[in-house]
Amino acid sequence: MEDKLIIAGIEFKSRLWIGTGKYKDFEETLRVVEASGADVVTVAVRRVNITDPNKENLLEYIDPKKYKILPNTAGCFTAEDAIRTARLARAAGISDMVKLEVIGDPKTLFPDNEALLEATRVLVKEGFIVLPYTNDDPIMARKLEDAGAAAVMPLGAPIGSGLGICNPYNIRIIIETISVPVVVDAGVGTASDAAIAMELGADAVLMNTGIAGAKDPVMMARAMNHAVQAGRLAFKAGRIPKKLYASASSPLEGLIQ
Amino acid sequence: MKIVVNGEDKNVKHGILLSVLIGELGISCARVAVERNRKIVPPEAYDTTTLHEGDQLEIVSFVGGG
Repeated sequence: MEDKLIIAGIEFKSRLWIGTGKYKDFEETLRVVEASGADVVTVAVRRVNITDPNKENLLEYIDPKKYKILPNTAGCFTAEDAIRTARLARAAGISDMVKLEVIGDPKTLFPDNEALLEATRVLVKEGFIVLPYTNDDPIMARKLEDAGAAAVMPLGAPIGSGLGICNPYNIRIIIETISVPVVVDAGVGTASDAAIAMELGADAVLMNTGIAGAKDPVMMARAMNHAVQAGRLAFKAGRIPKKLYASASSPLEGLIQ
Repeated sequence: MKIVVNGEDKNVKHGILLSVLIGELGISCARVAVERNRKIVPPEAYDTTTLHEGDQLEIVSFVGGG
């Protein structure tokens, strides 16, 4: 049976989505994207360098015909700035999707929920496919769904922290509570973190630093690819319940006397 | 006349078209987006948008990010 991820009518081949920040050059970015098997890559919106306009562009390496480009509103601290950035991203003509970030604090990079909800409402009304980056709060996730978010992206831990899935119970409650897909975004430090997110029932995992910051990013991208697939299969297969005491795997009958 | 492009003051010809300015800056129009005085200018309007003294332009593209 096929196990497709569909968000707002768009079919995604991969349940691993990756960011393109923090790599040493675009060649490395491309090698990582290929190794990860991801078909969604996030990008940021920034001013063109007008003093050196001939600088290479990321999208000359990551072909938008081959990959789904998911622009983010990273660095925005108000709903107004995030909305403005999303509109610019869409005007560049590559995607109607936006990974909506409205950051509330530079130290934790936690989202400003109030502003996030406000920006979600505005952008949904304008026809965007809004994927809000939120904290691991089930109530907030429900409000974002009600506001028209196409998927909800709760954090596993603060962006770039590598702390893993800090509150698996909340992530699970979010998954059980809302009906739009859940993409765990941020906090993944190593392959087992990604597998845990998927075993909880997440529809996909988005990460950047966990790969980009590894000693060998290409190898880590492969590890994450396997971890996400393994976690998804384990979730679908249905894990055994946890028990305090043993239950023998070998038959108790026929033992030698 | 003076305009501001991506936060930098620029002296340009009076009544210059947006498309001409973009060309002079050496920017490829593909995959950029332009905001003029906080309003998006769609690509099809670059050729008909005349810039005015004091205009504030933001020209953006995509960079690596998470």
